[in-house]
Amino acid sequence: MEAVTTARERLERAALAPVTGTSRWYYAWVAFLLMVIAWGVYAYSRQLHDGLIVTGMRDRISWGLYITTFVFFIGISHAGTLISAILRVSQARWRTPITRMAEFITVVALCCGALFVIIDLGRPDRVLNVIIYGRWQSPIIWDVLAITTYLTASIAYLFLPMIPDLALFRDRLAGRVAGWRIRLYDLLSVRWQGTAAQWRYMGGAITTAMILIIPIAVSVHTVVSWIFAMTLREPWNSTIFGAFFVAGAIFSGIATLIVVMAVLRKVYHLEEYITEKHFVYLGYLMAAFALIMIYGNISEYLTTGYKMEEGAEFHFRQLFLEQFAGFYWFYLIGGLVVPGLLILLPWTRNIWGIVAAALLVDAAMWVERYFIVVAGFRVPLMPYKPSVYAPTWVELSVMAAGFALFALLITLFVKVFPILAVWEVAEDLETPELAPEAGRLPSGAAPEPAGGGSR
Amino acid sequence: MGRRGVLRLLGVGALGIAPLPILPSLLRSALSGKLVRSRGPVARTPDGRIRQWSMVIDLRRCDGCQSVGLPPQCTAACIEGHFGPEPMEWIQVFEGDLPGGGTQFIPTPCQQCQNPPCVNVCPVAATFSTPEGTVLIDQERCIGCRICMAACPYDRRFFNWGKAPVPPESLMADYSAEHQVPTRRGTVMKCDFCPDMMRDGVLPYCVQACPNNAIYYGDLEEDVASNGDEIIVVSRFLSENQAYRIKEDLGTKPRVYYIPGHGEAVGRDVFKKGRLPTRWPWVETVKGARTWKR
Repeated sequence: MEAVTTARERLERAALAPVTGTSRWYYAWVAFLLMVIAWGVYAYSRQLHDGLIVTGMRDRISWGLYITTFVFFIGISHAGTLISAILRVSQARWRTPITRMAEFITVVALCCGALFVIIDLGRPDRVLNVIIYGRWQSPIIWDVLAITTYLTASIAYLFLPMIPDLALFRDRLAGRVAGWRIRLYDLLSVRWQGTAAQWRYMGGAITTAMILIIPIAVSVHTVVSWIFAMTLREPWNSTIFGAFFVAGAIFSGIATLIVVMAVLRKVYHLEEYITEKHFVYLGYLMAAFALIMIYGNISEYLTTGYKMEEGAEFHFRQLFLEQFAGFYWFYLIGGLVVPGLLILLPWTRNIWGIVAAALLVDAAMWVERYFIVVAGFRVPLMPYKPSVYAPTWVELSVMAAGFALFALLITLFVKVFPILAVWEVAEDLETPELAPEAGRLPSGAAPEPAGGGSR
Repeated sequence: MGRRGVLRLLGVGALGIAPLPILPSLLRSALSGKLVRSRGPVARTPDGRIRQWSMVIDLRRCDGCQSVGLPPQCTAACIEGHFGPEPMEWIQVFEGDLPGGGTQFIPTPCQQCQNPPCVNVCPVAATFSTPEGTVLIDQERCIGCRICMAACPYDRRFFNWGKAPVPPESLMADYSAEHQVPTRRGTVMKCDFCPDMMRDGVLPYCVQACPNNAIYYGDLEEDVASNGDEIIVVSRFLSENQAYRIKEDLGTKPRVYYIPGHGEAVGRDVFKKGRLPTRWPWVETVKGARTWKR
């Protein structure tokens, strides 16, 4: 019992540390991100002033980096909620230290992604027309509905399990931090006292939310793919697109979660809670999705390539042999095969190997989204010479600002909210064999299968 | 929270959600006081049936204006009539390859589909089908998302990427979706099939300008069309001349029909390739305008 108390105290200290102490590097990092964002805002102001002519997009390739980034962000938003909900449903206890980060990635990625659709509009001043004149037949309206629903549900799903931790912050931090913070925690912890009735209500609410959020998350990326699949363009005119997009979304989502987890673990010294086990289990999940992606690619390209209709031939040439070949092979080899090997081979199956795999996957999935958009548009529809698309500094700056905003929101979040689900981790601590020390893998030992940690 | 509290919460929630379905209508009535100027009255036959505009392009007569030594005149006239900014060619003369190495010229306006992919995907009904069977765009509603350009399988939609290079006098015109003058930055444009001209009994610019009278324009309802020189019975003309529509297999059901050919009726040699590039005639354009490539 003695050991448990100290573990609990250490846990609270670890959860409170980011909020109570701020290093010089933190300010430098925030300043850097703000500078990138400011530059992006300047670039966007040029775009507002001169029109979309400042981008590299033109009539024949009329979507570019913005829509790519939108799809990518909506993709990584599956990091969180879906993964955390699936792990919660399957009662994998090892999930507890990472769920909060995962759920927060979802909310932030959705906000950043939705922003890029508005940035891409020719008339952002008329964005309200979507509500005033919206018509349900349009895939864009499906998207608006799906993303707002997912965002609402994700915020709820982030907030509900955070209530006891907010109450903990309210109680532990009283007098130690600025007044607005205490008022914020007071407000957000909705008078949580930890009574049995409150626990019961919250448990019920979390269960409902986690079951609801899985179909919502699946629908979101399916609908995003339908923006493309509802058109008559050769590479997009595909029934597998929805499923393929969802798989790719979860795949890149896991990768992003691994990267964010590695950074926060290092910066806030969470080594005791986020152990190699978490990386390895998430790595297994990612390897499984790499296999699903490989299957999806074979299924997609064999069925069209075997018959090789006219447009398909052009598309195959530009992807595998010409224009885009270098990057496309990087996606296939570097993004699907190599990460899988890094995870499956025992001598790279450690934190570094898995983080490297995750970085590769994130880069490759961005590249894949880019090719879906740009290469899809490039297939000629009429007898004209295929167009070229090269993003301009404006698009690159705005995109960089988007990623900086993503990083900034996460950086600010860990300063205000508990990054560890304290009460959930504490529940684990009470079962001795699941104490964090036991979670660490003895070197050389084969890890137990993912999800089996609770039994 | 007791049972009463939960019920109260549910009640307040229901009251909060109830107005959502009518919110768009409320916003519409509150914001759009002025009448939509997008479209004039529907064209009708003398006995009151709605006209069904359609076009027949006889490729046997199209030589890409090689014989007159000018850029395609349909495109040129359309640009002049609509103050078309560079690089928009609402009716564009493509040169398609024929088996055996020859080529044919294919003047391609908006195909005015009866199952229009662009109209289906538009989120705000800025592009819409008319009772006359044509497809128009309301540039005062378009939000510039460009999903219609992704959806159009004929590459017939054009975006105003920047300040369009149009003559200053075009800015004084009264806007209507049937003529699309003046242009609006950040919105999509395309061939409007000139219903405003036909209402006054005038053939569209492209039809008037074709030196070989290759383009017929008319009404499927009365089964009549004209190239400005002769009048045809559309159903008979289409049936007797192996008419086809571009990408018929897509099921878009275009209103533009083609008679296969390569300019043989006006003496073009099938191996004589190339046409002159389109020129935009504007001597003076609005200040700060820039052209772009397609």
